[in-house]
Amino acid sequence: MDRCLNNRENAKALAARIAKDAGVDLQDCYQCGKCSGGCPMAGDMDLMPRQIIQYMRLGLMGDVLRSKSIWLCAACHTCVDRCPHDINLPGLIEGARMEAKRRGMIGVKEVDKFTDIFLENVKMFGKNQEVVLEGLYNVTTGHLMQDMVNVPHMLKHKIVGPELNTTKQAAEVKELMLRAQAAENERKRGEQ
Amino acid sequence: MSRIGVFVCHCGTNIAGTVDVARVAEAMKAEPGVVFATDYKYMCSEPGQQMVKDMIKEHKLDRIVICSCTPRMHENTFRKMLKDTDVNPYMLEIANIREQCSWVHTDKEKATEKAIALARMAVAKVGRDFPLFTSTIPIHKKALVIGGGIAGIQAALDIADAGYQVTLLEREPSIGGRMVMLDKTFPTLDCSACISTPKMVEVSAHPNIELRTSCELEDVSGYVGNFEVTIRQKARYVNHDICTGCGLCETKCPTKVISEFNQGMSERRAIYKSFAQAVPAKPVIDPDHCRKLQEGKCGVCQAVCPLKAINFEDKDTTFTDTYGAIIVSTGYQLIQWQDLYPEYGGGRFKDVISGLQFERLVNASGPTEGHILRPSDQTEPKDVVIVKCVGSRDPKKGKSYCSRACCMYAAKHAHQILEKIPDSNVYVFYMDVRTPGKGYEEFYDRTRKDGANYIRGRVAKIYKEGGRLICRGEDSLLGRQVTVEADLVILETAMVPADGIGEVVHKLGIAMDADGWVQEAHPKLRPVETQTAGVYLAGTCQGPKDIPDTVAQASAAAAKVCGLFSKSEMETSPMTSKVDQSKCCGCGHCEVCCPYKAITLVEIDDREGPKKIRRTVASVNSGLCQGCGCCAAACRTGAIDLLGFTNDQILREVDALCQ
Amino acid sequence: MQFSYYPGCSMDTTGITYKLSIEYICSKIGLVLHEIPDWNCCGATAAHSKNKMLALALPARNLAQAEEEGLDLDVAVPCASCYSRMKHTVVAARQDENMRRKLEEIIGMPYKAKADVLNFLEIFSRPEMKRACQEKMYRTLKGMKVACYYGCLTSRPVEVTGASSTENPMEMDEIVALTGAEPVEWDFKTECCGASHQVDAPKAARPLIERIIRNAKANKAQAIITACPLCNLNLDMREGEINKAKGTRYDLPVYQFTELLAVCMGAGAKDIGIHKHFFPAFDLLNEYLRKAGD
Repeated sequence: MDRCLNNRENAKALAARIAKDAGVDLQDCYQCGKCSGGCPMAGDMDLMPRQIIQYMRLGLMGDVLRSKSIWLCAACHTCVDRCPHDINLPGLIEGARMEAKRRGMIGVKEVDKFTDIFLENVKMFGKNQEVVLEGLYNVTTGHLMQDMVNVPHMLKHKIVGPELNTTKQAAEVKELMLRAQAAENERKRGEQ
Repeated sequence: MSRIGVFVCHCGTNIAGTVDVARVAEAMKAEPGVVFATDYKYMCSEPGQQMVKDMIKEHKLDRIVICSCTPRMHENTFRKMLKDTDVNPYMLEIANIREQCSWVHTDKEKATEKAIALARMAVAKVGRDFPLFTSTIPIHKKALVIGGGIAGIQAALDIADAGYQVTLLEREPSIGGRMVMLDKTFPTLDCSACISTPKMVEVSAHPNIELRTSCELEDVSGYVGNFEVTIRQKARYVNHDICTGCGLCETKCPTKVISEFNQGMSERRAIYKSFAQAVPAKPVIDPDHCRKLQEGKCGVCQAVCPLKAINFEDKDTTFTDTYGAIIVSTGYQLIQWQDLYPEYGGGRFKDVISGLQFERLVNASGPTEGHILRPSDQTEPKDVVIVKCVGSRDPKKGKSYCSRACCMYAAKHAHQILEKIPDSNVYVFYMDVRTPGKGYEEFYDRTRKDGANYIRGRVAKIYKEGGRLICRGEDSLLGRQVTVEADLVILETAMVPADGIGEVVHKLGIAMDADGWVQEAHPKLRPVETQTAGVYLAGTCQGPKDIPDTVAQASAAAAKVCGLFSKSEMETSPMTSKVDQSKCCGCGHCEVCCPYKAITLVEIDDREGPKKIRRTVASVNSGLCQGCGCCAAACRTGAIDLLGFTNDQILREVDALCQ
Repeated sequence: MQFSYYPGCSMDTTGITYKLSIEYICSKIGLVLHEIPDWNCCGATAAHSKNKMLALALPARNLAQAEEEGLDLDVAVPCASCYSRMKHTVVAARQDENMRRKLEEIIGMPYKAKADVLNFLEIFSRPEMKRACQEKMYRTLKGMKVACYYGCLTSRPVEVTGASSTENPMEMDEIVALTGAEPVEWDFKTECCGASHQVDAPKAARPLIERIIRNAKANKAQAIITACPLCNLNLDMREGEINKAKGTRYDLPVYQFTELLAVCMGAGAKDIGIHKHFFPAFDLLNEYLRKAGD
């Protein structure tokens, strides 16, 4: 589909905000592709990490926010480590993902679900419960049998069990998370 | 009372379009000392100049103010004009009302006010101007060329052919530099050695050239026309006056050393000639590896030398000579990529080599006699990957600049592989293909048609699996990750200044840029001069470039030297620093801050009341002084004035502005 | 030698062999780990992908507790991901005083960011630790060829980890060499294993594991060594799955580096849970211990 590049001020402003938060000057990038060449997840990405920057520069934010790539980034930092211009691409992707989430644009719903369940887990127990996490994930995403093949081994060798290992003052962690959310909202407002 | 004439230039509409020039002239008539003021369409034109001359006569003017463009443009024009009149050429001030006024403003009213202020400053200053006179210094017509690569060779030959004496200095045992290591040159595919070795021989045979190999610059003093240079001759342990270069010693020497000339891919002996066509064609002993010099044992070379030319007692010596001009042509080396690119194996993989190593591999006189064999197992590679911009255009790991020649030699390497290994596959990973030279784009076209696969993207990682090197990157035109399995990988690495350039620059009192390249006096208009008069530059010491550009620059530098030598003495600018020794306290701040080593502290006889005393004061060598004014700014007692820009003159300008 | 200790959520479950082997070594060389009293999850990948402040605050509560103990000790963290999150917090709090105060507000306790966060490679790289281990090791794995896998988060981002090399680190290689095992030169030491996406994007993430195992195998390793419960689980649990799905025949057990040290100090298979590995891990160790005459 055609992409008309005129009159994209709003989208460019959003791109600029995300870039600023990540400490990135988008114009530093000369599209060499070293990031994408070394990205371990690039095989399944719909936008190459390199392309994300070009899309952002041109204000094609819809493509970025809709992409699977921003959800597939593993935050391994290989890209920025090798980048000739030290561009914090994981930071850009993190910003884009939060923006996408805010708008309900979820490129890979499993990734979003897993993250949410993980944090719910922490909110409830203070610590992550691997059994609860995997169980809830399988049920809510409909991938019921995923990784079930490994369960017998785990039970046999008592790698996992039915008991929960929680933070004693789990309520403290829950309050911490609420205060962190408020602080994050305030930080975001400060940026805009 | 001074009699000042003010001439305001329209510069067509360049100035008059934004500044009310008539009003500027009118306003100047009211300034003290001004006896004549007018405006004119083009002051620099012949009629404009004639008018100034006429008005000088008519109004008996003794000082001139021209309100026009920047003094860099026409100050000299008007000084020359004044030589035909009774007015001293330095009783002239230029008020820049174009670059600093009309070109940068739009509001005519305000621009006119500003032009008036600028003109008033110039009038105030010219009132305090005093005559200055140029002097002359003799020129010693012998040139020193530092660095015996193709730039130094070309410059030395050009100067020598013009009939002047030249000393060519080279720190290695042979001249030839990088060019003689190369196999073929793009885009014509001339044999590099075939076109450079005759020049090397010509240098050694030229009656006007004194060739000094294994020599380094020790010390430089003096100034344009009269540099006193001390040179260190490193011990060679072989008497070249006796040695005929028969080569017997080399064949008998038991110590094997990695060959620098073959880029680590073959061995030489501890007594050696760098390569077969070395000039001078005589060996030297490498004292770091010679067993006799290290351990006191061996001495085989001395025993076998039929002429008894070996001298283990040889020592470094120094000698001093006078030169009128110096050319710096110290060249480049390749960046040490191994430490910078662990993602390319960091040097762990034998078959990941540099472009210069490939040049030796493909060269008939190289370690494989021109057969392209990979270093690890001496087999012929079928799949070859060429990676461009390794160290170049990489501000984080290497250098931010483009090394200029790599795009073309990458294409040449691809061509050579495809030609010599018919069933081979070549993949060139590139970011951009830059071919700005005659015949270059055509060569790139031809390389693609030869079958080279160009892949737009920077290689992210090179790793090894089962004896094959795997290059992983993105083809950014496909927007997909790609891998290429290779038998041999060639990294086209960045050019960086040769080791030791910092010391040379320091000794010569010239400047380097942030990357260590020698700084030219002006990037466009004075590309082969340095800020120090009489010191010129040629070739890659100034920045990355290819052979044609290097040779062109070398000839240009030689032409500058010949121009200087064409006169028996030269005029010097009178706008130099002057020390009022009665005010000088001898603190030496000026000596430290002078970039041209023009200031020295001297002892003088003085009186303190009735007592005779000895006192230390600063003294300026006007031959070395370039009139930068650093000393005047640094002087705590105000004892130093820069003639033409005295403290008094500048304060008058400021006063005029603040009226 | 002693440290504050943050085990992280998986040390009792999927990181069990790491935990057991660390405990075994502690008992032999007198290393004392003071577990942070009421620690919580570090937030892992989840927190920082959703909320920056949360990603910094969750570790801060743990670090603040360590400070509150008053032992004035650096914090030892076995998991690479926990290590990365904790270190991010220390760096952020040290760089920006306002951020530090903000974090104190959020966690509701004082946090001065005095203690350093160390992973177990950093700890075992110290000369005194190497000496102590060497003194207690009386068995060797001489000749066993191993590929030391560091993962991404102990090395990147380098401004957080301060790693010596992000492409070819050598710390683990040097520690493991103490056991007589021979670390091979290979190229995937710090390539991401995709642990964070093995559950929620398995199709995209599985090849990352295979690439690592393939390169280790191609460079003649007989085992892969890790320093993280997640990296270990990921490689160990998926290797068999990959063989099954793709018909490959990878045969590399995946050990924690501490398992090798513990074994050489005399630990039996049961002591450190060698049988708990998904990919059979007993035979190779046994073979080399035997060869060395044990």
